[in-house]
Amino acid sequence: MSTRSPDPSGIVREAVVVATAVGLFGASFGVLAVAAGLPVLMVCVLSLTVFAGGAQFAVVGVIAAGGSPVAGVASGLLLNARYAAFGLAIAPRLRGGFLRRALAAQLVIDESCALAIAREDDDEADRAFWWTGAAVFVLWNLGTLIGALAGSALGDPKALGLDAAFPAGFLALLAPLLRTRAARVTALSGAAIAVALVPVAPPGVPVLASVLGVIAGMAASSGSAVVPAPEEVT
Amino acid sequence: MSWLAVVVLAGGSYALKAVGPLVLGGRPLPARLAVVAALLPPALLGALVAVQTVGGDGRVLAVDARLAGVAVAGLAVWRGAPFIIVILIGTVTAAVLRLLGVP
Repeated sequence: MSTRSPDPSGIVREAVVVATAVGLFGASFGVLAVAAGLPVLMVCVLSLTVFAGGAQFAVVGVIAAGGSPVAGVASGLLLNARYAAFGLAIAPRLRGGFLRRALAAQLVIDESCALAIAREDDDEADRAFWWTGAAVFVLWNLGTLIGALAGSALGDPKALGLDAAFPAGFLALLAPLLRTRAARVTALSGAAIAVALVPVAPPGVPVLASVLGVIAGMAASSGSAVVPAPEEVT
Repeated sequence: MSWLAVVVLAGGSYALKAVGPLVLGGRPLPARLAVVAALLPPALLGALVAVQTVGGDGRVLAVDARLAGVAVAGLAVWRGAPFIIVILIGTVTAAVLRLLGVP
């Protein structure tokens, strides 16, 4: 470890760490999608154009279970509706004109937004968004291609514990956001609403409905500071 | 799955993602909306953690190895472990439990 780091704020390191983990999910998506009967080309186009792991898993899951493509696409879009909220949260901190923002929109994902929001400085937030978004894009698609080609060689994602990797990762992304009481109340309310709705609502709706937890958070803040002073995620 | 489905999913996803960056542009959010925007990620991430920990296949809740994995990962988060360690600890915990026969 040298005393002078070329990446003093840790933006690149965080991006690469997150993207490496996402690349493994990409590989498991490739395996599962091919196993569900999708051609390799379609699997790779999904990852390039949709670029949202949850929605892609949902579509493939519905189709693998014998559901219609319409049901698959609907649940995928419901899952992705949260990106409208994430995009809204990150938009004021992004730099540049229309074209740069049009490109940035494709990189609006959980990881890029969470790591960018955690940055206090706007320039750092913008850099964190682009580094994380780009690194995740590259490794997600590389992972998808490798997974799709490798087929079932990777083994059962559940046996590998990969289904626990998703919530563990989201928990690590959530933790730094919980420095205000309003945020903690919001997170707990959102989680409770979502879990309560799982048995009664279609897939994707419980996570969407969690935005109502914001109301509880605003009530709990009662005038005190809501917008946290962010620090580093890792 | 048809290519039309891929096009609809891709186009719809991009439209959702673009609402913030393109429609809002570089303008700052109004104060009240900024409060809402600041609280949206905790709500959604909290829900993702919960649903992906105890959500089963379809409209059921399921307690399985994931719960233990996330609990141990939570301890790692609390101890200040780096992101990749948190993920690895959660994954390995669930994998070991599954090896031992836990669903």
